[in-house]
Amino acid sequence: MDKIMYEAQRQGRFSFYMTHFGEEALLGVVAALQPKDVIHGQYREAFGLLYRGFTVEECMDQCFANVADGGKGRQMPVHYTSSKHYFQSISSPLATQIPQAAGSAYALKMRIPTQYHANDSERNCSVCFFGEGAASEGDFHAGMNLAATLKCPVVFVCRNNGYAISTPASEQYNGDGIASRGVGYGMDTIRIDGNDMWAAYNATKTARKIAVEENKPVLIEAMTYRVGHHSTSDDSTKYRDRKEVERHQQFENPITRVCNYMMNQGFWTQAEDDQYKQEVRDHVMSSFKNSQKKKKPPVKELFTDVYDTLPPNLVQQEKELERLITTYPEYFDFLDEHEKS
Amino acid sequence: MTVRDALNQALEEEMIADEKIYILGEEVAQYNGAYKVTKGLLDKFGAKRVIDTPITEMGLAGIAVGSAFNGLKPVCEFMTFNFAMQAIDQIVNSAAKTFYMSGGKVTCPIVFRGPNGAAAGVAAQHSQCFAAWYGSVPGLKVVSPWNSEDAKGLLKAAIRDPNPVVFLENELEYGVSYPMSQEALSSDFVLPLGKAKIEREGSDITIVAHSRAVGFAVKAADELAKSGISAEVINLRSIKPMDTDTIFKSVKKTHRIMTVEGGWASFGVGSEIAAQIMESDVWDELDAPLSRVTGADVPTPYAANLEALAFPDDKVIVKVARDILDKKY
Repeated sequence: MDKIMYEAQRQGRFSFYMTHFGEEALLGVVAALQPKDVIHGQYREAFGLLYRGFTVEECMDQCFANVADGGKGRQMPVHYTSSKHYFQSISSPLATQIPQAAGSAYALKMRIPTQYHANDSERNCSVCFFGEGAASEGDFHAGMNLAATLKCPVVFVCRNNGYAISTPASEQYNGDGIASRGVGYGMDTIRIDGNDMWAAYNATKTARKIAVEENKPVLIEAMTYRVGHHSTSDDSTKYRDRKEVERHQQFENPITRVCNYMMNQGFWTQAEDDQYKQEVRDHVMSSFKNSQKKKKPPVKELFTDVYDTLPPNLVQQEKELERLITTYPEYFDFLDEHEKS
Repeated sequence: MTVRDALNQALEEEMIADEKIYILGEEVAQYNGAYKVTKGLLDKFGAKRVIDTPITEMGLAGIAVGSAFNGLKPVCEFMTFNFAMQAIDQIVNSAAKTFYMSGGKVTCPIVFRGPNGAAAGVAAQHSQCFAAWYGSVPGLKVVSPWNSEDAKGLLKAAIRDPNPVVFLENELEYGVSYPMSQEALSSDFVLPLGKAKIEREGSDITIVAHSRAVGFAVKAADELAKSGISAEVINLRSIKPMDTDTIFKSVKKTHRIMTVEGGWASFGVGSEIAAQIMESDVWDELDAPLSRVTGADVPTPYAANLEALAFPDDKVIVKVARDILDKKY
């Protein structure tokens, strides 16, 4: 999906995209969770959504901002939202999700039934992803400290992927990574090989148990590597050696590691791999074809959901827009691409 | 009843009625609140629902917003809205915008409350009025009560409202006692957001104010009445959405209008009212241009005499009203 969508952005189909190349092992984190554990992502965790049943086509609908987008075409590409899959809305300002994850965890700890959780016998936690760069923000300190002092059942997962756009980790901090900070907050902490899917899975399984049984936060620092550019607005060849990226791809590729393991154990063959790759490629391509055909959201969605009901000024402005569209249709012919209200 | 006690009563009544409501902030629990607004609530509801947080506005606003996203109804206290600037990203980029950005799926039923605007002798970093800043943000409701009935009825409404609400109190009003009707003392007493109240009826000039300035406007109206000038005083109660209908109806009657606020003139509440009038058919009813009475465009000074000159009072309002009527603008 990342490959196709990256190319699509380059061709001008939509404005922006971010890939996950190199960090796929963190799928293990999501696999170790319960379906109603609340995920607060940063922006490089779509594997979490896909694991929970969000489709490739739904991802593409969001990027194309078409009528099928759950966010009604309001957010930048890859800023997914799906309350059905317990995946919080992606927010652009970095690290704001960290205290928010502590907050959603606090809500879970209260054991009060809400529209999202029955909060009866089943216990849930929150999981919060962020990069080593975002961990420099004030919200990181505030969120970690609050989670620890208010005893929130949240698992923090830091994707230390070596780069924050062009800033290497060596310039992002002078201490011993992000794990050393967890200890400073009085938090159970572990550092794992972030390219090892089993490590991600097992660490999260244990962290989750600690969080829900003891009502306290846990920090997992996953050491991994960002193979792709930061986003489509970035060209990382400008600040790092191609050889470094190729070396990682050859020796530390998380997908290759899982694949080799499965083949060595006799669970998987090259023929199956080739066939599966083809199936996935076909699925992604047909999703793409379906998604890009869809119309854009109806114009009325410009005004809805600012509040629970339309305030008087927006009622007025919506009426005015309708009047203009009816009176001067030649100026609004682009609305043919939009679903009618 | 004092404004402080009215707020306390509102919080207690709402927390009894809905277990999802909780309070968090600095010093709100053990200390009974920096301004004692949350007095006694820790004893009544326990530490799970009245939470003392470490010192981080960014953090406590963030944790409150996150809990609201996940189904709770937080009342988030800032010791003053001046400090809330350290949390403004969580208030504007997360609380205000997420319902829209999520396609109407993620709600944020949160109330941010605390003292706003000038106090006495607390200088520049403790005296700013934030009504205009928050009033410009789509997705937020902004409320500015004046007296005890306002405080109780509007806070209950804010807590029950499913949208994020910024509730701007005033430190100097906390200790002021106002009469409370029988109706206002009941636990069902709720005032509608977005509706202004006419505190004094009049026919010669409209005075629109919010928060503490309403008190000065009422005093000014009484003074003007001695010279036979009949001033209509409108207590805005809500900054966003603003009750422009009540303002327009009044201007149709009086043909003259002035606004009063403690905040800075530039890009302020009065500026917005002037613009709204210009864009309506009511501008044609005006016999004089709108005048704004505001705080001075300076960071608030500390020295008592300078501070007194930096904010409007009833005397300034009386003078400006007379100038408008004498066409001295």
